[in-house]
Amino acid sequence: MSSNGEALVRIKGVDKVFRRGSEDINVLTGLDLEVGKGEFLALMGPSGSGKSTLLNLLGGLDRATRGTVEIGGERVDQMSDGNLAGWRARHIGFVFQFYNLLPVLNAERNVELPLLLTHLGKADRRKHVETALNVVGLSHRTKAHPRTLSGGEQQRVGIARAIVTDPTILLCDEPTGDLDRKSGDEILSLLQALNRDQGKTIIMVTHDPHASHRASRTVYLNKGQLFSEAPE
Amino acid sequence: MKFLSLVLSNLKRKKLRAILTMLSIGVAFVLFSFLGAVKQALVGGVELAGKDRIVVRHRVSIIQSIPIAYEERIRRIPGVAEIVHFSWFNGIYQDPKNFFPSYPTNPEACLAIYPEILISPEVKQAWLSTRTGAIVGRATADRFGWKVGQRIPLNSPIWPRADNAVWEFDIVGIYDAKKGFDTSGFYFHYDYFDEARRWGKGAIGWYVVRVSDATRTAEIAKAIDAEFANSSAETKAEPEGVFMQSFAQQVGDIGKILLGILGAVFFTILLVAGNTMAQGVRERTAELGVLKALGFGDGLVLGVVLAESMTIAVIGGMGGLLLGAAAVTGMAPAMAAMLPNFYLPNANLVVGAILTLVLGFAAGILPAMQAGRLRIAEALRRGA
Repeated sequence: MSSNGEALVRIKGVDKVFRRGSEDINVLTGLDLEVGKGEFLALMGPSGSGKSTLLNLLGGLDRATRGTVEIGGERVDQMSDGNLAGWRARHIGFVFQFYNLLPVLNAERNVELPLLLTHLGKADRRKHVETALNVVGLSHRTKAHPRTLSGGEQQRVGIARAIVTDPTILLCDEPTGDLDRKSGDEILSLLQALNRDQGKTIIMVTHDPHASHRASRTVYLNKGQLFSEAPE
Repeated sequence: MKFLSLVLSNLKRKKLRAILTMLSIGVAFVLFSFLGAVKQALVGGVELAGKDRIVVRHRVSIIQSIPIAYEERIRRIPGVAEIVHFSWFNGIYQDPKNFFPSYPTNPEACLAIYPEILISPEVKQAWLSTRTGAIVGRATADRFGWKVGQRIPLNSPIWPRADNAVWEFDIVGIYDAKKGFDTSGFYFHYDYFDEARRWGKGAIGWYVVRVSDATRTAEIAKAIDAEFANSSAETKAEPEGVFMQSFAQQVGDIGKILLGILGAVFFTILLVAGNTMAQGVRERTAELGVLKALGFGDGLVLGVVLAESMTIAVIGGMGGLLLGAAAVTGMAPAMAAMLPNFYLPNANLVVGAILTLVLGFAAGILPAMQAGRLRIAEALRRGA
């Protein structure tokens, strides 16, 4: 399953097996996938098809049982846990279905979190945070805590947090799954703009065909295998 | 430093729980301060004891008298530089509960042997020249509101006057003292006391001897005991520090008793604080997973959680320690009669401060390790 442009993501022969009791569950089987730089890829499939598992492998949150995962020329599957944490901080921006903002921090401090891992000083961090919140259209709610924000606004903060370090790739796990249609459309438009205007490579897991239409390419995952067309 | 605000923000998550945990730690450290002051009051005299001073008492017990005639014989023993005697008067002012330490003595020798007692030359002169004169420590003077020039009536259940009258003393001075020396004492002329008492004339309670060479203290103590061996009042001479220690040990091994109490308290608090931290980690498993997904390494997550535990312990502990120190300072005047050296030594404050860090570390290390070891995908799944 390859992209047309220069490949940023290369997955070859990836298996992921989970062990439950004495039983082995094959979630991904011999998976091959390439994602081009600047591509907006939608990954669809029914529940339990392995979409989130694949996203976790791409983001270095989990390890493949077999196969290789290469992103930006680096073998993610061979990195130590310590190196993987640093690599994630530099190259990956995560957008979660349930936003996963820290409730004790306001919007700007949630967005600042990944910047704490950089060498930036306080003033520079503040500038980056302002820019990111501006991009997602929330510069007027910087001091708001998550509980005072709507779902759509929380997801915008989540996206600002994901892009604040200017990562190589954005990994979005059902980013509109917890939103109403209108808010979902706004988030999808925002992701599209990030892809179109800033050239961000985005891989988005979704089970919503409406959302997948915003992507430049859609692949389908079913029973641990990838298809370029929706399986019957 | 940039992670400090993250640590402090996390403490606000469950404010009531954080405050209650801090309070429980604080109470433990108030107790630590208080017991530290009690210990100082009971055994502090040992540290302050003169290395060149020997206490000579009756071999059987300090409540047995020894003859005043021993004074000259002791003075003749090689190495003895000064000697003074004291007796236990047990003075009571107006009401039996107004008891305080009071001693008939030889004023000049007393001041020579105890330079810790601070009075002006004028007061010294007045004391030496006034037969009924007495000097009183600042604590007791403040306790009863006594002033210089005042005539004080005292009763002694041990030593009634031959004429059945009340003992009367003229206060000629109020003494201060070097740090740690008892300022609740009341010292007056032995000659006046011996002449007027109904019985026990010619006897004293104990001697304090100053030797010319502190390295020969043990040897000279042995020589004093040998001098009175097989007499009707055999003596027991021992360095002042040993005497103080044995006196303090009459109420038990203070150190071990206090250590036992504090050990139990701190162990309980450790469990309370540890449980709080573990609960905190369990409750925000998903958040910790998010931090890791953002690139926070295992060590950093461990550090953040551990820092939270240590911050709780330091805020609660230092608060308790300072509150305890303030309470001890406030209570000291009221305790002066029973526990004259009741104060919290600086060393205890330092130990207490270190203890807060140790407690925070011990309470937080296991939950922090648990947080550091969290598997991201699983942590995120649990929070979904």
